[in-house]
Amino acid sequence: MKILVCISNVPDTTSKINFTADNKEFDKNGVQYVINPWDEYALTRAIELKEAKGGTVTVLNVGEADAEPNIRKALAIGADDAIRVNAKPVDAFFVAQQIAAVAKEGNYDMILMGKESIDYNGSQVHGMVGELLGIPSVVPAFKLDMLDDSTARLEREIEGGKEVVEVKLPFVASAQQPMSEPRIPNMRGIMTARTKPLAVKEPVGAEAKAEYVGYSKPEKKGGVKMIDPENAGELITLLRNEAKVL
Amino acid sequence: MSVLVFVEGLNGEIKKSSLEAASYGSQVAQQLGTTATAVAIGEVHEEALARLGEQGISKVLYDADSRLNQFVADAYVKVIAKAAQQENAKVLVFSNSNIGAAVGAKLAVRLNGALATNVTSLPKTDGGQFVVTRGVFSGKAFADVNLAGDVKIIAVKKNAFEITQAAGNTAMVEKLSAELSDADFAAAPKETVMQDTEGGVLLQEAEIVVSGGRGLKGPENWHLVEDLAKALGAATACSKPVSDLDWRPHHEHVGQTGITVSPNLYIAIGISGAIQHLAGVNSSKVIVVINKDPEAPFFKAADYGIVGDAFEVVPKLIEAARALDK
Ligand SMILES: Cc1cc2nc3c(=O)[nH]c(=O)nc-3n(C[C@H](O)[C@H](O)[C@H](O)COP(=O)(O)OP(=O)(O)OC[C@H]3O[C@@H](n4cnc5c(N)ncnc54)[C@H](O)[C@@H]3O)c2cc1C
Ligand SMILES: Cc1cc2nc3c(=O)[nH]c(=O)nc-3n(C[C@H](O)[C@H](O)[C@H](O)COP(=O)(O)OP(=O)(O)OC[C@H]3O[C@@H](n4cnc5c(N)ncnc54)[C@H](O)[C@@H]3O)c2cc1C
Repeated sequence: MKILVCISNVPDTTSKINFTADNKEFDKNGVQYVINPWDEYALTRAIELKEAKGGTVTVLNVGEADAEPNIRKALAIGADDAIRVNAKPVDAFFVAQQIAAVAKEGNYDMILMGKESIDYNGSQVHGMVGELLGIPSVVPAFKLDMLDDSTARLEREIEGGKEVVEVKLPFVASAQQPMSEPRIPNMRGIMTARTKPLAVKEPVGAEAKAEYVGYSKPEKKGGVKMIDPENAGELITLLRNEAKVL
Repeated sequence: MSVLVFVEGLNGEIKKSSLEAASYGSQVAQQLGTTATAVAIGEVHEEALARLGEQGISKVLYDADSRLNQFVADAYVKVIAKAAQQENAKVLVFSNSNIGAAVGAKLAVRLNGALATNVTSLPKTDGGQFVVTRGVFSGKAFADVNLAGDVKIIAVKKNAFEITQAAGNTAMVEKLSAELSDADFAAAPKETVMQDTEGGVLLQEAEIVVSGGRGLKGPENWHLVEDLAKALGAATACSKPVSDLDWRPHHEHVGQTGITVSPNLYIAIGISGAIQHLAGVNSSKVIVVINKDPEAPFFKAADYGIVGDAFEVVPKLIEAARALDK
């Protein structure tokens, strides 16, 4: 089985988010990048399936060279090889078209992604890729097993419940907790990752549809009003009469 | 040309988040000098559909094919695309739900449209632009995005827009049939399991959320969270370690790697306020923090705080909440 795992390269979850002085661009100064946390669930589940059933796991990132440390990290966690499509990923539609082109060329059985990229919070690349390839996209899935060599069983979250879906290969799925337990690369993994293949491909011609023109930050809170614990019931009165939320 | 809003049903009624989307869609239609049509699928009462007139919807296209009672992305996409074609819709509006985002992404490809999810503003349409604001960086910022091209698709953030009410207005309900084939249902779910909410409130739709963290010590103490939630008509949630420890189910876990909520009121009990937790709750309108540690980082993000032992404070809150006249 050939599995393609798509990873985005995102600011660490603890990053302070700042923009350039004109508020036109994200300020990368001092920001640490990590593998998108949701993508780690997809990656580890792919590796588990490979360990159980054989096959290969290829990681794919659409991004510039500065994403390579995290691509190597995915190799250290256990992917076999990697592809970087050398382009500035300017919007989800552009990224989806690149992923679809790679997926088509490589004939993958399964294309796994994260539920959402934590930087631009789009939750859309998986649906777009499924549609571009004309195959099902099961999103967001929290359980993924193979029933036989050609059929997978997934459980996906819906508001207020879950659905059990059985799909034939190939398909796209996005991952969320608790699909797997993300792994930390060990020393051996880190050593072997250095020599695993990382192919750099040029992008296919594709258009972007969403143009990011500016950024802003939420208004600062007015500060916290403290209530005496002895008189805790007072909080309920304030929530009704002052905050007007009850 | 018109604006098309996709509305989702739940137990025959229209979901609150879809009423928000309908209100949003009508306002966009007004801005563009056109009308708003809704498209509905599956089990929804026709009276509920007609009542969408109160949100400014003039017409509802309704596909009652019972195979659509379950969510099947390919079939839903076909129905909505058909409605969009029939109405010559140039703006499509969804709620940013699991279904809305999934269907919106597929439609963006099929209709060659520009998609923005997690949208928090009406469009600015001066100078031939179509700029919407959307939440990015997990609630830490907003971005303005210009949607290029002929068709724009917008998924609006939950609880970010008021539901407009023009009492007495009714929408015209028309049948729609997309002539679906079996192939459209190839990825249909084998089984749908709804959580037993016992008349409780769905977390993603809730206006009030009461959430517990590791400070509550164990699942046996969750009656504190549940009783307060019940008294306030709230949904319950938890921090990640709480669901990792199996004190609570995973679908209650909010934060960076869980569900994002933006209720009017979020009450955090025994949660430290780690940045990854805040990412899932920081767009709540009012945040209350109850923590025994005055240095807990959550207080910095709070509107109201109580420094104290949850086991002493929460029973007092439950008592006061029960005493409220509804
Ligand atoms: C203005 C702007 C600036 C950006 N700057 C950078 C940058 O400096 N560095 C950078 O690395 N990226 C950058 N990106 C790209 C960004 O990280 C996302 O890849 C892209 O915007 C898609 O985001 P989304 O929220 O719609 O993805 P979602 O739809 O939420 O993503 C879902 C899943 O799709 C997959 N996926 C998403 N993006 C990629 C990708 N690029 N490669 C492979 N798989 C992917 C992942 O599995 C992800 O979990 C930028 C994007 C924008 C709009
Ligand atoms: C990549 C990544 C993603 C993550 N995603 C998420 C996520 O989505 N959601 C999430 O929640 N976390 C997430 N985390 C974990 C996060 O960093 C914190 O570890 C977690 O939120 C802490 O949960 P907690 O506040 O319940 O527990 P703790 O940090 O242990 O805090 C317990 C709090 O309870 C207080 N307390 C103790 N006893 C009492 C008492 N009797 N009365 C009142 N207060 C009391 C303590 O003072 C303390 O502040 C993520 C972490 C990483 C690295």
